[in-house]
Amino acid sequence: MTASRLTTGGSAIDRSRPIRFNFDGTTVQGFAGDTIASALLANDVAVVGRSFKYHRPRGIWGAGVEEPNALVDVGGPQATPNTRATTEPARDGLVAKSVNATPNALADRNAFLDRFSRFIPAAFYYKTFMWPDWHMFEPRIRAMAGLGKVDTDWTSPGTADQINHHCDVLVVGAGPAGLAAARMAAGAGLSVTLVDDQRNPGGSLGHRAGEIDGKPAAVWIEETVAELAAGGHLILPSTTAFGIYDHNLVGLNQRHLDRRRDTLWRVRPRQIVLATGAIERPLPFANNDLPGILSADAALAYLRRHAVLVGRRIVVATNNDSAYEVASALAEAGADVTLVDIRRDGTPDTPAKVRLVKGRALAAANGKLRVGGVTLDDGTRLDADCVLVSGGCTPTIHLFGQAKGKLTWSEARAAFLPGDPVDGISVAGAAAGAVSLSEVFAGSEKAVASLGQTKAAVPRSTGPEATGGMAAAWPLPGSKGRIWIDYQNDVTVKDIELAARENFVSVEHLKRYTTLGMATDQGKTSNLPGLALMAGITGRTVPEVGTTTYRPPFTPVPLASFAGARVGELMAPVRRLPLENVHRSSGAVFQEYGGWLRPAHYGGRDADAERAIQDEALRARKSVALFDGSTLGKIEVIGPKAAEFVDFLYYNTMSTLKPGRCRYGFMLSENGVVFDDGVLVRLDEHRFVVSCSSSHVTAVHARLEEWRQDRFGRDAVYIHNATSEMATLTVSGPNARKLLEAVGLGLSLDDAALPHMTVGHGSYAGNEVRVTRVSFTGDRSYEISIRADRAEPLWAQLRQAGQAFEAVLIGLEALMILRAEKGFIVIGKDTDGTTLPHDLGSEGPRTKRQTEYVGRRSLFTEEASRNNRMQLVGLTVPQGEAPLPTGAHGIKRENGKLHSQGFVTSSYQSPTLGRPIALGLIERGATRHGETIEIQHLGKVRKAMIAAPCAFDPAGDRLNA
Amino acid sequence: MQLFPCPFCGPRDETEFHYGGDAGNARPDGADVPIDRWAGYLYLRGNPKGSAHEIWVHMTCGEFFVMERDTVTHKVLSSAALGGEHAA
Repeated sequence: MTASRLTTGGSAIDRSRPIRFNFDGTTVQGFAGDTIASALLANDVAVVGRSFKYHRPRGIWGAGVEEPNALVDVGGPQATPNTRATTEPARDGLVAKSVNATPNALADRNAFLDRFSRFIPAAFYYKTFMWPDWHMFEPRIRAMAGLGKVDTDWTSPGTADQINHHCDVLVVGAGPAGLAAARMAAGAGLSVTLVDDQRNPGGSLGHRAGEIDGKPAAVWIEETVAELAAGGHLILPSTTAFGIYDHNLVGLNQRHLDRRRDTLWRVRPRQIVLATGAIERPLPFANNDLPGILSADAALAYLRRHAVLVGRRIVVATNNDSAYEVASALAEAGADVTLVDIRRDGTPDTPAKVRLVKGRALAAANGKLRVGGVTLDDGTRLDADCVLVSGGCTPTIHLFGQAKGKLTWSEARAAFLPGDPVDGISVAGAAAGAVSLSEVFAGSEKAVASLGQTKAAVPRSTGPEATGGMAAAWPLPGSKGRIWIDYQNDVTVKDIELAARENFVSVEHLKRYTTLGMATDQGKTSNLPGLALMAGITGRTVPEVGTTTYRPPFTPVPLASFAGARVGELMAPVRRLPLENVHRSSGAVFQEYGGWLRPAHYGGRDADAERAIQDEALRARKSVALFDGSTLGKIEVIGPKAAEFVDFLYYNTMSTLKPGRCRYGFMLSENGVVFDDGVLVRLDEHRFVVSCSSSHVTAVHARLEEWRQDRFGRDAVYIHNATSEMATLTVSGPNARKLLEAVGLGLSLDDAALPHMTVGHGSYAGNEVRVTRVSFTGDRSYEISIRADRAEPLWAQLRQAGQAFEAVLIGLEALMILRAEKGFIVIGKDTDGTTLPHDLGSEGPRTKRQTEYVGRRSLFTEEASRNNRMQLVGLTVPQGEAPLPTGAHGIKRENGKLHSQGFVTSSYQSPTLGRPIALGLIERGATRHGETIEIQHLGKVRKAMIAAPCAFDPAGDRLNA
Repeated sequence: MQLFPCPFCGPRDETEFHYGGDAGNARPDGADVPIDRWAGYLYLRGNPKGSAHEIWVHMTCGEFFVMERDTVTHKVLSSAALGGEHAA
């Protein structure tokens, strides 16, 4: 029997609430307030996992976020892989599994790997499995190495809350430094937010001795927290400040004891006080990774918080004063304690009931599955069931480093400390190198004073003070045995020596070559010893070696926290039509087009879809089609300079357009490339409607605004995007006019009154309607725009009146066929990022226009004038063949080699023509009509003839039919 | 995440803004602008280290403005509406 629960004590546990949970298939008993780790220790479970690479048995090392070994996969309703057992609360009914162990941590079947360890040093796998291909071996190697497993069967029951928060001061860490700073800042009238990653506030005061203002530490903590709460300040326990981002945005991840998802906080404090404490380092000796070897400070925390005595015969190895309190407390609790201090002189008084061995270090730990004793550097062997080590403290300066704070090396503390201050951030307590409570409180006072507050009452330490005496004990090159530097990644002294031999001496190379400091713990215990060893090997100082870059997150954060509510449909919300439900009841099959959810076709799912689309396109040509074109852009341009403005924005001259008429044109980018096409409607002298492509509305609107503000001024033009204010219902086909006359829109549809490319105004059921006679099908068409919330009765009326004409509802897929038959292009589909307007056959403005417009100069470059540009064409295939694949390349053969000479951009079966049609961009295509070229797709070559883009009704008779 | 001061709306998260290019990149008009001048307008950027004058647009209010910021420290040095009116 070694580790055990004492019958009394334990400030964190509630003995009246026993709990049971499952670890690796066995039942573990504990109390409310236990972590998984404290409960496992109380049940004397020594081996809690297997190491990343060698499958070495590993036990609990620490009592907090730094834990490198004790990772568990928590299953069930809150399934989370690689959870630290030292921070995860033990809950009744919880199921936890050790990582990288099959079937369990104690009897792992890959444990044999450790016997071959000398043959598999750092980078072994990469060097060995180069030939023939690393990817051939990777899956099996990955299966043998690694940590936890994601439960892919599990899906989230809800989403994580995300909260934006503002305060005057954010204090990170509720240890003595943080509590004192929070209390002083609150006393000075500032709004304070205090966060701590532990369940209970107090930090080291929760297990280290201290007396403040004449009161026991526990009383002072309670009073301070109560005062902050009473003052309305926000206190967040179980919450990790994981990152400081630009302009001092702080990310917090809050864990909940119930089964809710974690909560993500985005905090914008005016000032930040980092009181993040320090983390104890291991000491270097052979087999220093055996289960039963713990951080001395952690052992004290388990004793005083959880009433767990980690062993009966304990060796405490140290290079500093802090372990003396640990040795004393364990001896008081009934353990047999030997304290081994590497220092010969300057050690504190020997604690009562403790054997002190001075001037000695541990050479090795002995044991297989757990530690059974130690060998000192003089050969002395000591029996032990537990070894505690204290290699000094590493200040937790990660957040300061993330904020681009510079670090300075302290020889006295053997650690990096925060250097020059960063705007808005101060560091206090052990994170700034303080040891005694007096130093801690002085640091808190300074931090609060730096916020401009000086009047606060400073707490006083009234008890015995901790001392910071230490002698550095870094791992040394050439040491005997296997000495672990990084437990989590199985990096030993020899691996770092190997890296140095192979010239990976830069700290960033060292990290990537050996994996030192990677994975879930990010080297919280291992980085500094690793750097110090590299310094020793290469004859440099530690600050010369330097640290790797500090990056968020400080501890792993569930992706669900970052995702928040942006999951499923909300990840990329679609825009919806006002008549969506009506289309659904008509059997519409919806698809997303450029961010809009639109009917693709009506009826005919899966295999029947193509037949439904063909049927819609065929019937549209026969009589009349109804189409919901509400997504079409409707951006109004209004003002005294509106005409001048559209002239500048369009490639085509638009100011000559008469009120009541429409004109088709291109908008270019400044590099001349066609950016959008569409119809411009002139409603009156100073009012236009830009009817741009559905998926480009936002971009076109932004572009109009940019030119308006940059070139024309706010008073000259006003721009209003009315796209979603109005629904646009399109009626197209030979019987379109007859259908509308049956419905009655309060305006004359006579071709003399409303010819093609004009706009008229009428009304339906008391609502204004705008009727634009433009066509994207090539047939007589009317686009009727009406207030979006009044569109439904009109649509119903159109359908009812349409019955007499066998009107057909068409979705976007049929429309695509109809427009392609006419050679009408879709920007971005039939054009690309090099297409200029004259490539599409629009040469007029380029050669004739004398006024300035966007993109003008770019149309006269050498590139724009090349005689072998790709030009828009139609492509026809021999009778009876299938449509060409979209994206297939037109090819030419030169000197026995294949070259692309363009590609197919749109390709459909035309039901009206009874043959495939296609559009493409082909080199010099406009001058090659009638020529047959080869088209290649996936190695198959077919023949196609270049033709005019328009394959149907080239004379345009049907517009007025 | 940075905080940008919109001259019209005050400080807002950077996610609400789009970058609009270097400030002071005047457009040369005409079909006969020397090609080097035109190419410079289209493509050549200073990419300064330190203080940079840039055009940004606050997407939620739609207004373009000039912001001066430090490209090294990400500190915002000033922001002003186009034309100087409404300057913050």
